[in-house]
Amino acid sequence: MTLALTAAERALLEGSGGPAAAMAMRIVAEAARLMGAPSLVQVESAHIDGCLYHGDSGVHFAERLVELGGRVAVPSTLNVGALDLLHPGRVRFDPETGGMARRLMAASEALGCKPTWTCAPYQAGHRPRLGAHVAWGESNAVAFVNSVLGARTNRLGDFLDLCCAITARAPCYGLHLDDARRARLVVDARGLSERLRRLDAFYPVLGAFLGAEAGSEVAAILGVPSDTDEDRLKALGAAAASTGAVGLFHAVGVTPEAPALETALGGAEPERRVELKPDLLRAARDRLSTAAAGSDVIDAVAVGSPHFSGSEFHALAALARGRRFRVPFYACTGRGVLTEIERAGLLAPLKEAGVEIVVDTCVVVAPILPPEAGVLMTNSGKFAFYAPANTGFATVYGSLADCVASATAGRVVRDERLWS
Amino acid sequence: MVLKGRVLVAGSAEGPLLRMTAPLSFWGGVDPKTGRISDPRHPQHGLAIGGTVLALPEPRGSSSSSAVMLELIARGLAPAALLLGEADAILALGIVVAGEMGHPTLPALEVAELERLPEGRVRVDIDGSIRAG
Repeated sequence: MTLALTAAERALLEGSGGPAAAMAMRIVAEAARLMGAPSLVQVESAHIDGCLYHGDSGVHFAERLVELGGRVAVPSTLNVGALDLLHPGRVRFDPETGGMARRLMAASEALGCKPTWTCAPYQAGHRPRLGAHVAWGESNAVAFVNSVLGARTNRLGDFLDLCCAITARAPCYGLHLDDARRARLVVDARGLSERLRRLDAFYPVLGAFLGAEAGSEVAAILGVPSDTDEDRLKALGAAAASTGAVGLFHAVGVTPEAPALETALGGAEPERRVELKPDLLRAARDRLSTAAAGSDVIDAVAVGSPHFSGSEFHALAALARGRRFRVPFYACTGRGVLTEIERAGLLAPLKEAGVEIVVDTCVVVAPILPPEAGVLMTNSGKFAFYAPANTGFATVYGSLADCVASATAGRVVRDERLWS
Repeated sequence: MVLKGRVLVAGSAEGPLLRMTAPLSFWGGVDPKTGRISDPRHPQHGLAIGGTVLALPEPRGSSSSSAVMLELIARGLAPAALLLGEADAILALGIVVAGEMGHPTLPALEVAELERLPEGRVRVDIDGSIRAG
């Protein structure tokens, strides 16, 4: 399929917007060609996942765009960097690596992006309207903006999100189009007890199951209570985008493109139906724990992937009140939410219990956890999935209440009755 | 036997076939400093992907995999060629950006029947044909 460009897009390629925009347009057009997109679509906003240091090559790319006079053409938020800029010294980089990580964050800002430094830009006021075409990176943010807000983006890789922001264009295929947003798979969770489906700890596990089952397919999920809040949906999407390539899910009766199953399916028959039975759910939960079964050792607890919201901090503060943690307890969030909880007077009680708040980054993308790798307990499906490879820590998965109880006891305490 | 793939990034290369037996996310799954599979849960944990003709039946995981691909290329640790079960804008894009930055690139193909690939050395040609090397 040949790619048809508008006159304005061809002009950008030929340098009308300067050399950075031309380079960005070459990359966007190449991405469109290799995905078989017939055209580009104009986007309203971008979320950029290229500001996390993975090596010098990414720094050189961002700095090249700055040198060439690059500037984002649409409102663009920034994902986490590799440094906690508000708490210098929290991330244990050697000076050289820290310097490169800082250069990447500086170059991203110099391109005109907002220094939000969060993987949950939807908690920092970046909330595109239903049906808006956008260009987002960061897998959990993509799942959220598509599924929960009903805006439209593909799962953009690092670099492409930034190039889309500079050109205000994205390859028009996949999740930009009605047909690809239709559910092909139905996951029926209605057979699980309602009590289980109302637990916070259910959603990361549901997501982990969904990602493994769906791969990159769009699923419609039956059995999610209609009053399920955004924090649970974000946990579901983040886990599904970790164990699979899920960019969009529909929770029937909850998310905006799925008022009913028939709507989510676009009036067609599903290609596949899966019934989520208790044993499948428990197996998905158990896969989130890599620490030796039967051992109750923990060395640290981490929450906040995706970044903790204000309401999650309120829940943590309520659970932690009057307790003293025996192991390091990290809560990762964005600076916007930090300001919000500071105003709400939550910082002192959280600190008293032993909660260390990590801002602008998180414990699986930067060396923050204790240097001796051990066992990390978490309520996040995404942390549970990525921590073993990225940090060397083995994982134990539990609810937020389990995490607080375990941090207080200094050993794993889990309420197994939740899963029966 | 010759298989034909759809060319995502054109090029020719040769190397030993390394077929992933489980989905692999480059970010969180491949160490950009060593080119080895670093996810301890992956059945091929510890294998080096550098210089191989890497066959990935399904894409998975983080959008930062583009950055890991670019870094592997910049360090000379990238696969010789990439064969994807379905086209994926994330890994192939890392190769496109590497080309823009003046690094050598590698061929990437979308191949419908990865399971039919011959074992052992494999050659990928610029027209997208794949044969025993």
